[in-house]
Amino acid sequence: MTVLAAHGLVKSFGALRASDGVSLDLRAGEIHAVIGPNGAGKSTLIAQLCGSLIPDSGTVEAFGADVTALSVPARARLGLARTFQISALAMEDTVLANALLGALGARGSAWRFFRPVMRDKALRETAEDALERVGLADAATTRTADLSHGQRRQLEVAIALTMAPKAFVMDEPMAGLGAEGSKTLTAFLDGLRAEAPILLVEHDMDAVFALADRISVLVAGRIIATGTTAEIRANTDVRRAYLGEDA
Amino acid sequence: MRWGLVNAVMLIGLVAFPFWALAADEPFMITLATRAVILALAAVGLNIALGWGGLVSLGHAAFFGIGGYAMGILASHAQGYTPLMEWPFLIEGTKSMPVIWLVAVLASALAALGIGMLSLRTTGVYFIMITLAFGQMLYYFAISWTAYGGEDGVSIYVRNGFPGLNTLVPVEFYGLCLGVLLGVLALNAAVIHSPFGLALNAARQSPDRVRTVGLDPRRLQLAAFVLSGAITGLAGALFADLNRFVSPSMLSWQMSGEIMIFVILGGTARLFGPVVGAVVFVALEHSLGGLSEYWHVFLGALLLLIVLFARGGLIGLVAGRGGGS
Repeated sequence: MTVLAAHGLVKSFGALRASDGVSLDLRAGEIHAVIGPNGAGKSTLIAQLCGSLIPDSGTVEAFGADVTALSVPARARLGLARTFQISALAMEDTVLANALLGALGARGSAWRFFRPVMRDKALRETAEDALERVGLADAATTRTADLSHGQRRQLEVAIALTMAPKAFVMDEPMAGLGAEGSKTLTAFLDGLRAEAPILLVEHDMDAVFALADRISVLVAGRIIATGTTAEIRANTDVRRAYLGEDA
Repeated sequence: MRWGLVNAVMLIGLVAFPFWALAADEPFMITLATRAVILALAAVGLNIALGWGGLVSLGHAAFFGIGGYAMGILASHAQGYTPLMEWPFLIEGTKSMPVIWLVAVLASALAALGIGMLSLRTTGVYFIMITLAFGQMLYYFAISWTAYGGEDGVSIYVRNGFPGLNTLVPVEFYGLCLGVLLGVLALNAAVIHSPFGLALNAARQSPDRVRTVGLDPRRLQLAAFVLSGAITGLAGALFADLNRFVSPSMLSWQMSGEIMIFVILGGTARLFGPVVGAVVFVALEHSLGGLSEYWHVFLGALLLLIVLFARGGLIGLVAGRGGGS
């Protein structure tokens, strides 16, 4: 069953075609990795899937509906959770406050003006559970700016978890994590796919080949191959274009 | 802990001040303190947009002036026994503060909604310029509005009334204004700790994050801007009542600048920051203003020092950096 799909996305910036007819789909229960060299158009693809860029042509489908014209918040409310390559967090606030924001978004409304948010039990439980799951429970009262780089990545994932989404889109969650951190997160994402499928854009090839059910290879705005890890490994086009080997 | 202490000291000082002034036989001081309390209220309003919302509005005099004119128009019609309008239905003036406040709050909230909807399409320096432009539009409108005095403004003979109080007695009017200020501060405290406050805080720091969890940062900021404008409008009505006079100067960009100075001087996004800022400003104006016409030079120097070396404002200097409100 298809959860999230791009159909023939085209997006140009001036003369550059960052997306040149990109089609891919994310199915229930899977991790679908998108790999490709720098400048291949991965970020542009994610932006179009999540709604921060509108494609010049083509459509985006999420949970059975055409969402091409929907805004970022509208897509999030349908159940699409995104993590950022460069952490986008409320740095002056505590870790818990950031997680609470996700829980608030999942509830669909922030229009409550009087009751202290910290006394909202349901909201706090959602937020604290998510922090616990990514291993940030001890840092709940830490100011987010004081977190290490790796912890910020964990918080990105925790916020996505609070939303109890129907699909994750993760933009290089392993970036800058270090070997140990990568391993922990890899194990975590491995279990997460049972809750909701993950579209994973990642440079860490060890993680990609360990996790992905399917891999799509994006080069110069085009998907040159989609297949299982074994198929991608064996694909000569991919080896030549991306993995940098002489086939 | 220290934050609680600083806030408590401010609170006790504000409540105890008129008793000291009466004991010291300095009744003029009570009027001065009333001025500080009302200006503090205006700045508390701006602080919600500027401090928590991150919206640098250089047009808050618009709301201050709208509140002032709400008082001037309603009260001048009441004292002249002429209705505001007779058709299609009759609207009469009033000398009742609660009614005037309600009108001031609604009118300035409505203006903030309109100005905010247009201004929030922009960010950064453009936001500053467009709010300034709206403020200037209203300023020039008031100057040319001859029905209400044009450049000369509107005077009323007797201060408006509040049920159960004699507002002509300075200490009673001070108590009333302080009550309003404390009530609004309580509201402010509740709002910043509410779900809305949390989301607004995040919208200032990372709008992308807020969008990604399914909320619209612009709508949060618009709500903050409306709340902010409404509070500053209420302060405007009180300010006009204090002076028994409203004129276009309440709408001037210098007024917007002064309100912003209160906030920055005292400490942005601090509950009592604007209160400290307004109190210090009025105290300096009174003491230094007596010594030299050019007392703004000293204010400028102080502001420079605060901005350069104490980003948390005066209240941050005393209470230390970091969290708390």
